[in-house]
Amino acid sequence: MLSALVLAAFPLIGTTFYIQLGAKIMIMAIFALSLDLLVGHTGLVSLGHAAYFGLAAYVLALISPKYEAASLWLTLPLAIVAAGLAALIIGFLVVRTTGVYFIMVTLAFAQMLYSVFHDTKLGGGSDGIYITVRPELTVAGIKPLDLENPVQFYYFVLLLMIAVYVLLSRVLHAPFGRALAGIKANESRMRSIGFPVFAYKLGAFVLAGALAGLAGYLAACQFGFVNPEILAWHQSGTVLMMVILGGMGKLHGAVLGALAYVLLQEFLSTPALLGAYAKHWQLAMGSLIVLVVLALPEGLAGLFDRHGRSFQRSDSNSASEDLE
Amino acid sequence: MIEPILQVRGLSKNFGGLAAVDDVSLDVKVGELHALIGPNGAGKTTLINMLSGDLSPSAGSVLFRGIEMAHLAPERRSRLGVGRSYQKVNIFPAFSVLENCRLAAQSREPRPFNWLRDAISYDRVLENARRALAAVGLANRAAVIAATLSHGEQRQLEIAMSLATDPQLLLLDEPLAGMGTEESLNMVELIGELTANHAILLVEHDMDAVFRLAQVLTVMVNGKILASGAPEAIRANREVQSAYLGGADESL
Amino acid sequence: MFYLIQLLNGVQYGLLLFLLASGLTLIFGIMGIINLAHGSFYMVGAYLAYWLAKITGSLWLAIPLGLLIALAIGIVLETTLVSRLYKRDHLYQVLLTFGLILIFEELRSILFGDDVHGVAVPALLDYSVRLTDTLSYPVYRLFITAVCLLLAGAMVLVIHKTRLGMMIRAGSSNREMTASLGVNIRLLFALVFAFGTALAAFAGMIAAPISSVFPGMGNQILIICFVVVVIGGIGSINGAMIASLAIGFADTLGKVLAPEYSGIAVYLLMAVILLWRPQGLANKT
Repeated sequence: MLSALVLAAFPLIGTTFYIQLGAKIMIMAIFALSLDLLVGHTGLVSLGHAAYFGLAAYVLALISPKYEAASLWLTLPLAIVAAGLAALIIGFLVVRTTGVYFIMVTLAFAQMLYSVFHDTKLGGGSDGIYITVRPELTVAGIKPLDLENPVQFYYFVLLLMIAVYVLLSRVLHAPFGRALAGIKANESRMRSIGFPVFAYKLGAFVLAGALAGLAGYLAACQFGFVNPEILAWHQSGTVLMMVILGGMGKLHGAVLGALAYVLLQEFLSTPALLGAYAKHWQLAMGSLIVLVVLALPEGLAGLFDRHGRSFQRSDSNSASEDLE
Repeated sequence: MIEPILQVRGLSKNFGGLAAVDDVSLDVKVGELHALIGPNGAGKTTLINMLSGDLSPSAGSVLFRGIEMAHLAPERRSRLGVGRSYQKVNIFPAFSVLENCRLAAQSREPRPFNWLRDAISYDRVLENARRALAAVGLANRAAVIAATLSHGEQRQLEIAMSLATDPQLLLLDEPLAGMGTEESLNMVELIGELTANHAILLVEHDMDAVFRLAQVLTVMVNGKILASGAPEAIRANREVQSAYLGGADESL
Repeated sequence: MFYLIQLLNGVQYGLLLFLLASGLTLIFGIMGIINLAHGSFYMVGAYLAYWLAKITGSLWLAIPLGLLIALAIGIVLETTLVSRLYKRDHLYQVLLTFGLILIFEELRSILFGDDVHGVAVPALLDYSVRLTDTLSYPVYRLFITAVCLLLAGAMVLVIHKTRLGMMIRAGSSNREMTASLGVNIRLLFALVFAFGTALAAFAGMIAAPISSVFPGMGNQILIICFVVVVIGGIGSINGAMIASLAIGFADTLGKVLAPEYSGIAVYLLMAVILLWRPQGLANKT
C-alpha cells in the first residue's frame, strides 16, 4: 500500500519533533483501530475504551524498575494480557446490555478504574508514575532495537500498526468478522439463525481491549509518564471521536481519524497561531466536532469516498477487496 | 405411528391481564404440514414467537425432539433444528443474497471462532448456502444486494436462510403475505416440496394455499384453539365457518 | 453516631443526584437523546451561583437569576443543536454533546479561570442543629434535602396527576404514537429539555456552598447520574429515585467501610445490578 511506503520513508525527511509526532499518531491509530472493531464493525459503542489503554500503560509503569529498562519480552505481553483480561471481566458484565445502556455502563466501568488509580496509592494516585527508561528488547544478549532512539521507536510502532491493521483486516474477512457484521446489521436475526451473539460480542470486546492495551503500552513508552488521566472519560471520548470523525466501517478511517485529530490538536494548541487562546484549544476542537457532526454524516473517510457506497456492503465475490 | 417432532402442551402467554395465547396444545410431525389459521389478533404470531424463542411463555411446555425448549434462547433453538421465517421480512438488506445465506450456513460450523482464515474459503459453508438458494430458486441472484430484490424474492430469501441452517422444523409466519399470484404459486410449490423432509408449522391467511398444503389444520380464535383436525373436517365445521371461514361478508 | 451523620449525608447526596438524574432520564426517555453535556449544566449552575452571589451579595437572589440564565441557555441549545439530534444515531449524539462539554469547559476556563471557588452558605441557614450531645448537623444540608424532596414530590405529582405528565409518560413509552395523537412534540421536547437542564443547573446552584465550584465538577457527577439511569431504567422517575437513594447509601457505606475505595462503591453496586437485572430495576420486561 502506498501509504505504508510513505510512512516508512517519513523519518528520512522529518525532524525529530515530527518523527515523534508521527509515532504518536500511529499509536493513536492503533488505539482507534481497536475501537473501530467494536463501534464500526460490531455496532458496540463503547465510551470506556480508555480503560484498557490506560490499564496496560499502568502495568508497564508499575512493573518497570525505577532506573532501569524493563524487558520488552516480559512487559509487552503482560500488559496486553492484563488489558484483555480486564476487557473479559468488564465485557462479561456490559455486553449483556444494549444501546444507550451499553454506552453508559462502559463509561461507568472505565470511571471505576479511574477512581481506583486516582483515589488510591496503587498507581501513585493523581501524581502518576514516571517510566524513566524505555523497555528494552534483547535477543540472546544483543539489543537489535534501541527504543530510546526516536527513529527506531518510530519504525517499531509503524511495524506494530501495520501488523494490527493486517490482523484486523483478516479478522473482519474471517467467519468471526462476518458474524460481527451480521450482528451489527441485524442482531435478532443472527440469534434466530443460531449464532451465540453474546459470545461473539464478548470476543470482539476482548480483542479490542487487548489491542487498546498494546496502544496504551506504546503510549506509556513514548511519553515516559502515566497518570490517571490516561483512563479518564475524556480519553475515551477522544478516541471515539477519532473513530467517528474518520468514518466507521472502514479500517483506514480509524487511521485517518487519529491523524486528523492529533494534527488538529497540534495546530490548535500552538501559540504561534492562536496566541493566548492556544491554551484553550479545546474550545475550537469542541466547536469543530459539533460542526462536523452536523455537516458530515459519514466522517472524513466519507468525504474521500466518491462512490458513496453503503459502508455495510460486503461483497462475497471480491474477497481480496479491502473490507469497506 | 411416528412421534411428533414438536409437541406443544398448554402453552399460554399473558400480557398484564390479557391472555394473548391461552392453553394451546398441538403436534407437528416430520413430513407433515400443520397449518395455523384464524382471524387477525388470534394470537398466531405470538404462538410462533414462543416457539422460536423470540418470546417467553407464561406457562406450558414446548417439546422439540424430546427436549424441553420453552425457555431456551432463540439461538439454542435454532441449533437444535428450528428454522423460522418472519411476517415482516427480516433479512440483512445491505448484504448480498449469497452473504445472507452464507451467514446462516456459517452458524452451523462446529468451530465458529475462526479468526484468521478468509470466510470465502470455507467450501462447505458456501456449498450449503448455494444449495439453499437453489432450493428456493434464487441461485442466479446470488450476487445481488438483498435490498434490491422484489418483495417475493425477499420472502424466498427468508426461507433460504432458514434452510441454510439445516432445520428439521420450519416455522413459517405468513410467507405469502404481499405476494402476487405467480410468486404465490412458486412459494406454494416450494413449501410443498419442503414438506417431504421437514415438519412445517404454517401460519397463513391465504385459504387456497392452506387447503392445498396442509395435512392438519388448527383454528385459533382469541388466543384459544377453536378446532383442530384434517382440513376437510375443519372446512365443514360449523363453528369454524361462522367464526372465520364462512359468511357471505367474510372473504379472504 | 458518626454513622448517622454519614447516613444523612448519603440521603442528601442521593436526593441531589436524583435532581440531576431525573432530568437526564426524562430527556433520554422522551427524546431518545443521550446528552453528555447534562453535567455541564450542573457546572453552569454552580458557576452562575458563584458569580451572581458575588455580584449581588446574596445567594437567594443569585438562584432565580441564575435559573433564568440557565433556562435561556438550555432553550437556545435545544433549538439550535439538540433538535438536530433527534433523528440521529446515539453515536452522533455522544459525539456532539462531547464537543459541547469541551466548549463549556473551555468557556468556563476563559471566564472564571481554573481555580476552585467557594460559595458562602446564606446567613439564614448558616448554623447547625444539635443531634446528640456531641454531634450537630449543618442546617443547610437539611435545607437541600428538603428542597430536593419537595421538587421530587412536585415532579411525581405532575407526572402522575396532570395532563402534561400524561403526555410525558406517553411520549416516554411511544413517541410516534404520542405525536400522532396531536400532541405538539416539538414543544414538548423543548419543554422537557429546558426543564431537565434547568433542574441540573438548580442542583448545581444549591450544591455549590457545600461542594465548592471547581473545574470538571459537572462531568464527575454526570457519570454517577448515568449509573442512576442504568440502575433505575431509562425514562423512569421512580426508578431514578430508588437508584439515587441506593447510590447515596452505597456511597455512605463505602465511606464508612473503606474510605479510600469509596469512589468505587457505586460501580460495584452497578455491577451487581447488571448481573441480576441488566435492564434496570424499574423496567418490567
